[in-house]
Amino acid sequence: MKKGALEGLRVLDFTVMAAGPLVTKFLSDHGAEVIKLESTVRPDVIRTFIPFAGGTPGINRSITFAEGNTGKYSFRLNLSHPLGIDIAKRLASCCDIVVENFNPGVMKKHGLTYDDLTKIKSDVIMVSMSGLGQSGPHSRHRNIGLSIQALAGINHFTGWPDRAPIGYSIPYPDVIIPWFALLALMAAVDYRKRTGKGQYIDVTMLETSLHFLAPALLDYTANGREGTRMGNRCAYAAPHGVYRCQGEDRWCAIEVFNDDWPSFCKVLGNPAWSKEPQFATLLGRKENEEELDRLVEDWTAKRSAEEVMSLMQQAGVGAGVVQNAEDIADKDPHFKYRQFYQVVEHPEIGAYECPTASFKLSKTPCELSPAPCLGEHNEYVCTKILGMSDKEFSELVASGVFE
Amino acid sequence: MIPEKKTESPLASYRALDLTDENGFLCGKIFADLGMDVIKIEKPGGDAARRLGPFYHDIPDPEKSLYWLAYNTSKRSITLNIESPDGQEIFKRLVKTAHFVFECFPPGYMDSLGLDYQVLAEINPGIIMTSITPFGQMGPYSNYKGADIVALAMGGLMQLCGYPDRAPLRWGLEQSWPQAGAQAAMGTIIAHYHRLVSGEGQHVDVSVRDCMIWSAYPSPQNWSMVKKIVGRTGFTAPRGHLNLRLNHRCKDGYVAWMPWRGEVTKKLVEYMGEEGVGGSLRETDWDQVNMEEVNQEQIDRWQDDIERFCLNHTKAELHNEVMKRGLMLWPMNDVKDLREMSQLLARHFWVDVEHPELNDTVIYPGPPVKTGEGYWQIRRRAPLIGEHNEEVYKGELGFSESQLVVLRQAGVI
Amino acid sequence: MGKSALEGVKVVDLGVTVTAPLACKILGMYGATVVKVEGPPHTLRFDPLRMYPPFLDGIAGVNRSGSFAEYNGSTLGITIDLRQPRGMELMCKLVTWCDVLVENFSAGTLKRMGLDYDELVKLNPDIILAMTATAGETGPAAAQPGTGLQLQSASGLTHLLGWPDRPPVGSPNAYTDYIGPWYLVIAIIAALEHRMRTGKGQWIDMSQLEAAVTFLSPAVLDYTTNGRVLHAQGNSCPYAAPHGAYRCQGDDRWCVIAVFTDEEWRAFCQVIGNQELAHDPRFETILGRKENEEELNRLVESWTMGHTPEEVMAVVQEAGVPAGVVLNGRDLYEDPQLKLRNHFQNVFHPEMGTTYGSTSGLLLSKTPCRLGPPPCLGEHTEYVCREILELSDKEFVELLNEGIFGAL
Repeated sequence: MKKGALEGLRVLDFTVMAAGPLVTKFLSDHGAEVIKLESTVRPDVIRTFIPFAGGTPGINRSITFAEGNTGKYSFRLNLSHPLGIDIAKRLASCCDIVVENFNPGVMKKHGLTYDDLTKIKSDVIMVSMSGLGQSGPHSRHRNIGLSIQALAGINHFTGWPDRAPIGYSIPYPDVIIPWFALLALMAAVDYRKRTGKGQYIDVTMLETSLHFLAPALLDYTANGREGTRMGNRCAYAAPHGVYRCQGEDRWCAIEVFNDDWPSFCKVLGNPAWSKEPQFATLLGRKENEEELDRLVEDWTAKRSAEEVMSLMQQAGVGAGVVQNAEDIADKDPHFKYRQFYQVVEHPEIGAYECPTASFKLSKTPCELSPAPCLGEHNEYVCTKILGMSDKEFSELVASGVFE
Repeated sequence: MIPEKKTESPLASYRALDLTDENGFLCGKIFADLGMDVIKIEKPGGDAARRLGPFYHDIPDPEKSLYWLAYNTSKRSITLNIESPDGQEIFKRLVKTAHFVFECFPPGYMDSLGLDYQVLAEINPGIIMTSITPFGQMGPYSNYKGADIVALAMGGLMQLCGYPDRAPLRWGLEQSWPQAGAQAAMGTIIAHYHRLVSGEGQHVDVSVRDCMIWSAYPSPQNWSMVKKIVGRTGFTAPRGHLNLRLNHRCKDGYVAWMPWRGEVTKKLVEYMGEEGVGGSLRETDWDQVNMEEVNQEQIDRWQDDIERFCLNHTKAELHNEVMKRGLMLWPMNDVKDLREMSQLLARHFWVDVEHPELNDTVIYPGPPVKTGEGYWQIRRRAPLIGEHNEEVYKGELGFSESQLVVLRQAGVI
Repeated sequence: MGKSALEGVKVVDLGVTVTAPLACKILGMYGATVVKVEGPPHTLRFDPLRMYPPFLDGIAGVNRSGSFAEYNGSTLGITIDLRQPRGMELMCKLVTWCDVLVENFSAGTLKRMGLDYDELVKLNPDIILAMTATAGETGPAAAQPGTGLQLQSASGLTHLLGWPDRPPVGSPNAYTDYIGPWYLVIAIIAALEHRMRTGKGQWIDMSQLEAAVTFLSPAVLDYTTNGRVLHAQGNSCPYAAPHGAYRCQGDDRWCVIAVFTDEEWRAFCQVIGNQELAHDPRFETILGRKENEEELNRLVESWTMGHTPEEVMAVVQEAGVPAGVVLNGRDLYEDPQLKLRNHFQNVFHPEMGTTYGSTSGLLLSKTPCRLGPPPCLGEHTEYVCREILELSDKEFVELLNEGIFGAL
């Protein structure tokens, strides 16, 4: 029996790629039993992504997969096999929650919609995650995080005013949708506890991403105004931006809000230019922002990013090193202190560091277990969860349904 | 009744910047009701004093403080953080075209922001700055924390109020605040008259505590005249060697009466006589009586007789009769009685003030003074927080909308 | 020395007792010329406050009243028998001379005297007539006499001072007399400016009752919007505790303390050296302190009883918490802060010698106030006639011989 805040919950996990599995990873890390359905015929494509442990490819060696699927049971099942759907339904009957992120229509094709599943388990909670929704004119579009990012306006707002929109190079919506999906899911679990009723949750990457742009949307619907890219600027603070520091491609972000200006100047040693009248007020600094940024960068360029951050923070001014992977994984003492990474032992990969959660529960902290090898838990699930006899299990193996 | 005209106020062309708290609201209100453009400058989010109750329908919302609404009528409101350099620059721009500045900050605060009288006078030599603090700008108590009860205690009033067997008392509704506000307005307008004649502005330094000393009569006078310490005498008031009851029981409350030489008491005795009551009051020659020669026993007899008479009548009965006959006997009223008082209704003292945001019309006390030229009026309800930001910042100072958005986000307005 | 703000402003004071005379004293302290008109001694038509104690050294006399002195500083005094036609003539000369005429008779009195606004403007078309009857010039109670002592009750103020379990007592003085004068001075000066701009005078009708009611405005609004009637509350404050007057060492010596915030409470406990109190869960929050207010007050008083009120004030103010000694008359005169502000100024009076009087709570930096003596009855009759009205010697002596200024 797994331990944790969600112990006792069992999840049937149809998800693939990144966003869906993140949801079930959080469930798994906090004590839920997650049965991840996988197939050799069509394995989760993440299992084929680099980087691989030690640089050696292998279906169980993908680091990305290992980080995103900790503690889940891998159950190989071919849904296209004649017996496949029945097994899926049997599994569903033992689970509280079903999560999927196929293209809309796929679960219908398999006969595994919410309506179908409630016939098997009337109080099932089903979560369908998709790019644009289960219905609607574009619901069948093929979308992954990068295109959703563009659709959601994130690209439009990211970049320099005088250049093309760039957005993020990772599919940012993939790391927005999981939180909303989990919230809705936990609310449904609580609802079921109180009323005995399950329900269906239809959550999309586009709509959840739009939440993160809500003020800009309201500015349009209420004021008819189109916002745009501002580089690193902030409408109501100056200096505000990312400044080059000593070293190669080393930068520090600094944000000076109105009350911080005297402290900021003090850190710089109250240089003569900082006393000039055009910089005394916020409006003045905004009007002369280019010159201001140049003057600030003259100072930061002579110092390491860490020094800049440290001096600023000591003076109560917001600042942060633009950290790269090495900074985050190895150098940043704060991450270490927070124990953001846990070490997990994997039968094939060996020991690897895995991110935990961005929150810490005091009574039920999460304990990571390794991600599963493909098909590692078929026997366990069949015999211990589905209660099959050894004989039945062997027959099914022979049928090829577990391919 | 001579009808009141409504001509343009002599103060209409002036502007006041009002940074007061509860100690000074009434100062600005008086000038605003007199037609001056009084701009209440509140910190972003609203004056702290908006947390003072009671509240409209008991909803403790900053736009529903009845204290705030009562004493900030006719003003405009802008929000401004004068602790920020942006805010100080804006304030100084406003001072250029203002005629008055009212403030209630602790002594030294305006100095620390570079906004003291000297600086403002350099910007605008004719400016009159009125500073209201608990004890004044300088001196051993200037940094003392004030409170209404402190002003009443140290103003000498509490010494006199209450019963000898219990603690001295303060008013159940703060009085030092309106006292300081009204007296500050008085000092301000005196300084203003000087400016009319000479062109000079000046600094008016108001001490809330000192404003209460008038109300301590007869305490300081007894000390300076007869070296006597006057204390609490309960339901009576000292008058030289006598203790007079100012109020007497009647059927449904109390009425105020005291013995007074002449016609007023003679007519009262006549009235009492019509009901077969008189006693010791009837026996006195009210034309000749010399209060200095009356003793306490006599006073007590008179008072007992009056009370015996009044106990047969309600406040309303007595007052109606008294008005007909011109006697000096008045009911002890509460606010309900005041609202029903014929005298106030006849003079149209109560004013309806529209509150569109409450979807209501609220009844307020009207101006304290009626004038032939009619320019002392409640002109509109107290302003909402920053209600006139656009009018002033955009319309007058020429800020653009986007600049105002920046200033708002930066906590300047 | 300072300049004089209201120099050149000419005021005639026909007022009696407090409201009108006090307004005129304020004008006079700031430099106006104030001429108070009273009836000669034998007519008994002088200001009745002259017969009101306390008298200097306890000896009664029309020129020895400390009450009269308090409200008639900086004023010149003339006696005129207005019952005589030549007396009225002289009065009319004063009317023509003045800018402002102030009075507080009950409504109708001026008219009976032939000095109502319609008559006055015939003599002085742009005169400012400042009337402040007890209840105003119009309405069913306009003709009804009253002093501030009754008005305090009628205006709703008396009702608000007292203990909830005893009849309300109000303050034992004419508190409403200390509301009206400020408004009246303001109205007068506004009218003076109006006249500068337009050439027009006007009448001013300030009902002392209405002026007083404005000091109850929040309670009025609480009634008109919430239907709630405010009653006397002892010394408690709905949103503060401890809040009240606490007995100290000495005979009838008290100090008030007002703790509004939890932060002030902690500072208070620390400065009185009672950490136990600071951590007592009953008193940690404002709601807790209000709920346990009786016990709280007892505990606070058990501390104050061991100290003089001056010590209590000093210690508690040191912690940044409001506190103040309940000062008596002598304390006020000895108060160092009032001394610094030159609050009580001395004046030399022909009969009373050197006496002190209150000035005001205001310090005007360029035009400070200067307290002048109150007039003996008729003291400046000759001065007013000769210097102000510029009567010839002959005229003055005639009036004198006709008994206009006093009994023959």
